[in-house]
Amino acid sequence: MQERRPLSDVQINKALLRNVLAAPLWFWGLVLLLALVVAAGAGAAGWMFNRGTGVLGVNRPAMWGFLIVNFVFWIGISHAGVMLSAILRLAYAEWRRPMVRAAEVLTVFSLMTAMLMPFIHSGRPWRLAYWAFPYDFARGIFPNIRSALIWDPSAVFTYLISSSLFILVTLLPDIAVIRDRTTGIRHKIYSAMALGWRGTPRQWRLQGIAGILLSAIILPIFVSVHSIVSWDFGMAVSVEGWHATIFAPYFVIGAVLSGVSAVVTLMALMRWLFKWEDHIREEHFDAMGRLLVVIATAWFYFFAMEFMFGLFTLEPQEVALRQLQVFEWPWSALFIIFILTAYFIPVPLWLFRSVRRNVAAMFWISIMVNIGMWLERFIIIVPGLLRKQPFTFVWGSYRPSPIEIIIVAATFCLVALGILLFSKVFPLVPLAEAKEGQILADQIKVGKKTIPAVMREE
Amino acid sequence: MARREVLGLFRDAETAAGATTVLHEAGVRQDDIEVLTGAPYPEGAFGEHIKRHRIYLFPMIGAICGFTVAILLTAGTQLAYPVVTGGKPILSVPPMVIITYEGTLLGAILFTVLGVVFESRLPRGKIGLYDPRITEGFIGLVVSCAADQWLAVEQALRRAGAFEVKHEQA
Repeated sequence: MQERRPLSDVQINKALLRNVLAAPLWFWGLVLLLALVVAAGAGAAGWMFNRGTGVLGVNRPAMWGFLIVNFVFWIGISHAGVMLSAILRLAYAEWRRPMVRAAEVLTVFSLMTAMLMPFIHSGRPWRLAYWAFPYDFARGIFPNIRSALIWDPSAVFTYLISSSLFILVTLLPDIAVIRDRTTGIRHKIYSAMALGWRGTPRQWRLQGIAGILLSAIILPIFVSVHSIVSWDFGMAVSVEGWHATIFAPYFVIGAVLSGVSAVVTLMALMRWLFKWEDHIREEHFDAMGRLLVVIATAWFYFFAMEFMFGLFTLEPQEVALRQLQVFEWPWSALFIIFILTAYFIPVPLWLFRSVRRNVAAMFWISIMVNIGMWLERFIIIVPGLLRKQPFTFVWGSYRPSPIEIIIVAATFCLVALGILLFSKVFPLVPLAEAKEGQILADQIKVGKKTIPAVMREE
Repeated sequence: MARREVLGLFRDAETAAGATTVLHEAGVRQDDIEVLTGAPYPEGAFGEHIKRHRIYLFPMIGAICGFTVAILLTAGTQLAYPVVTGGKPILSVPPMVIITYEGTLLGAILFTVLGVVFESRLPRGKIGLYDPRITEGFIGLVVSCAADQWLAVEQALRRAGAFEVKHEQA
C-alpha cells in the first residue's frame, strides 16, 4: 500500500498547486462549458417559477419526480466525504491521504446541489424558506417541527456547515503554502485566509487533533443525515411501500455506496486532468475497489431485506408496488438496469485485482454504479407514489418533462463546476498530508526482503 | 529587557534537531526556541515541548450550548404558535430529540473549530520572523533572546548548520 515515489516538498508543491497558480487553457474551456449547462438549468428553473409547477411531469398521485430523486441522489453522494475522510482518518489508514480533501469537497458541493432540489421542486422557494427556517418573528409563524420535512433541512444544513468548516480548518496549512508562492493581491488574500499560519509544532498538533475530533463529531451527523432523508419517506403515512423500519440503514449504506463510487470517479478525473499519477496511484484504486466490494454487498443485503419483508407480509399495497417495480413496463426495465449496474456487474469485476488497478475500468464502473443508484432512488420514489392508493382509478403515471431533465443535467454540471472552481483556488489533494506521508515513509528489511513501511504517530 | 528574534534556516530536519542541542549549550532555553516546518513532524522530533491546550473542552461547551439553543428553539417556536398538527402534542418529544441532536452536534463542531483556531494562537495579525522557503521543506528555528544576545545566537545557529540567519530589525 505504499508504492509512492520519493518526492521533495518543492515537487509536491509544484504538482499539487499547478492548477491553483496557473490554470491551463482547457480548464477555462471546461468551466465555460459547465457554466453554460448550469445556466440552462437555472433558466429552466426560472421558467418553472414563472409558469408554475405544471411544466413539470409530476401529476397525481406521483407528486415527487426527478427533482426529489435527484435530491436523494446528491445527498447520497455527499456521504463520500465522511465515509472516506472521517473513517479513514480515525483508522489512520495511510491510503486516505490523496483522497480526503476531494471527498470532503464533493460532499460540500453535492449537499449544496441537493438542497437546491426541494427548493426548486416547491415551485415557490421563497415560501419554502419560512417553512424550513425559524425566522418569521414578525408574524410569529414558525416551522412545524413535527414534520419529517423539517428534520431534513436541520440535518442537512448541520452536515453542510460541519463539512465546510472541516475543510476550512484542514485547509489552513495549504493556504499558507499558497500564500508563500503568490504575490500582489493574491498574496494579500491568501495571507488573510491563512490567519498568520507559521507551522509551529503546536499548530500542527492541533491540526492533527482537529482532524480526529471533527471526524468523530461529524460521523454521527453523517449517519443522521441519510437516516432523516429516509424518514421523509418512511414516516409518510400515506405511502405503504415506504413504511419500512429498515429504510434508515438501507438509505445510509446506499448513500455510502454511491458516494464512495463518486469519489473513485473524481479520483480518476483528478489523476487524468491534473496529471497526479505520483499522488493518486493504482494502489489507491485497488484499496477503493476492495472497500466497495464490502459496501456494495452490505447494501445488497439491506436491499434484499427490504424487498423480502415487503413481500412476506403480503399486504396488497406492497404486492402492488413490487409488481409494478419488477414486472410492468417501463419500471421493470429500469429495475433490471438498476440491479445489474448497482451490484451484479460491478462487484464481480471488483473481485479482480487487474480491474481494481485499472484506472479507466474503475472510472467507468464507478459511473455505472451511480447510474444504478440514481435509478434505485427513482424506483423507490416514483412507483411508490404511483401505488400509494388502493383504488385503481387514481393509479396515474409519471413522465419527466424536458424542464426536469435539463435541471437534473445541470446539477451534475453544477457539482463538477463547483469542484473545478475550488481546484482553482485551493489544492484538491492536501499538501500537508502528502508531505507527512513522505516524512513518515520508510523502508524496512525483513530477512532478505526490503519492504516499504510507514511510521504511525498515536 | 527588550527581546529580539533570530531565525535560522536549515535544509533538513536532522540538522535542525541537532541545532536545538547546540542552542541549549549556548544557554538558550527550550521555551525560547520555536520550530517552523512546512509539514507535520512527529511530536518531539526537534526536542520541543508543546504546552498544554484545552481543545477537548471546546466541543463539550459547544455541545451544551447547541443543546440549549435547540431546546429553546424547538420548544419556544411551538409554544409561540401552538397549533396541533397530526394529533401530536405541541411539545412532541421525538421530533424535538431529532432537532436537538443536530443542534448539539452543530454546537460541538462550531466550538471545536473556534477552539482549534484559538488554541493554535490564530489569527495572528503579523506573521513575525518567517521565510517562505519553510513551506518548501526547509526547517526554521526562531530563537527569542535578549536584544544584546542576538549576535551570539546567530553565531550558534550558523555553527549548528543554519545556511541562512535572519533577525528582527532593532
